[in-house]
Amino acid sequence: MRAKSKTGRVLEPTPWCTVGPYFSVTVNDSNSVRAIAAPDAKGERVKLICAVFDRDGKPVTDTLVEIWQANADGKYNHPADRQEKSIDSPFRGFGRQITDENGACEFETIMPGRVPGPRGALQAPHLEVGVFTRGVLKLLATRIYFSGDAANAECPVLALVPKTRRATLMALPVAGQPGTWRHEIHLSGPKETVFFDV
Amino acid sequence: MYPPYRLTLTRAPRKPLIVLPHTLSEVTGPVFGHGDIREADNDLTRQHEGEPIGERITVSGKVLDDNGRPVPNTLIEVWQCNSAGRYRHRIDQHHAPLDPNFSGGGRTLTDAQGNYRFVTIKPGPYPWENHPNAWRPAHIHFSLYGTAFATRLVTQMYFPGDPLLPFCPIFNSIPDPKGRERVISKFELNRTEPGWSLGFRFDIVVRGREATPFEGKK
Ligand SMILES: [Fe+3]
Repeated sequence: MRAKSKTGRVLEPTPWCTVGPYFSVTVNDSNSVRAIAAPDAKGERVKLICAVFDRDGKPVTDTLVEIWQANADGKYNHPADRQEKSIDSPFRGFGRQITDENGACEFETIMPGRVPGPRGALQAPHLEVGVFTRGVLKLLATRIYFSGDAANAECPVLALVPKTRRATLMALPVAGQPGTWRHEIHLSGPKETVFFDV
Repeated sequence: MYPPYRLTLTRAPRKPLIVLPHTLSEVTGPVFGHGDIREADNDLTRQHEGEPIGERITVSGKVLDDNGRPVPNTLIEVWQCNSAGRYRHRIDQHHAPLDPNFSGGGRTLTDAQGNYRFVTIKPGPYPWENHPNAWRPAHIHFSLYGTAFATRLVTQMYFPGDPLLPFCPIFNSIPDPKGRERVISKFELNRTEPGWSLGFRFDIVVRGREATPFEGKK
């Protein structure tokens, strides 16, 4: 076996470079995924609107938003999830959309179940989110939680976030449209969203 | 944030990142299969009736994790401009011709040993608006999923000996000189196809996922 470096790695990862403006040459309408959950997936239906803004509050267009989430029982459709819970076949858990001229995009999904976190404590329902845009030099990883969910108070990951910044991770219900949630992602500026070092 | 690349000033987060111990949410991620790609997706010279103009090349290599293990069945997506330096994209207004026989997008899965291969044409350099007389060195954009949400990688592959590299703020935003070397492909004579194409090798290392926190940490 080769000696490991100080970081515990045999090989150093390939560095990140910005996604640039032209990724939709490849990530286009034919392989974007709006339905994280197919219509027959188990769970409470959620329509999620995401909108991305820059430091000046201007909408960020041509940006790829990726979502990864657990099914209604809190099980990921991935071999590393060895929980004794079942996969729901109409639910893949992956979505990706490109933001429009308002910096927004939409997903169809279901309310995720709770998955275990550090030392087995259950996390609150959440989505993993990746934001890919020009002017950003590495993986921008954030999460979306659902405002008002009682489980938020006991989520071991939310507990790592300073109280004053937790609201930046909360999707809000849209008035008059049951099941529709809206979430703003602010890349920088006074309303800067919490991003995670994963 | 990297001020020489101007757009980072309004788009890069400034507050400290919150360190997230890996949970099931980070050690899992989308799984792709052969249903996600079509047959000619990895040959960018065969996506139209005619052949694109330019220097025909192959770009091939291995995807490994940081423990040196091959990463099989991972989705790689590439995109690039044509040999004249123009992207087939509505916001690219560079005064260079579009090539009716070149779209510039490709997709493939790594094989069981982590190998991948694309056939394409060498992209041209192109000007951009970052600063006066700014030119991007020739490059191919790469996007990889790796094995988990936390191993996602987006990068750019450059060509050896490109005279524009020292002047490019995007290339130079990689802080470590060794890191900059790792995004430059290698020309390899044994990867050329005699009488047909030049061969460049680009090996990619994605982060390994951390040990699952549910084993041994309870
Ligand atoms: Fe480019």
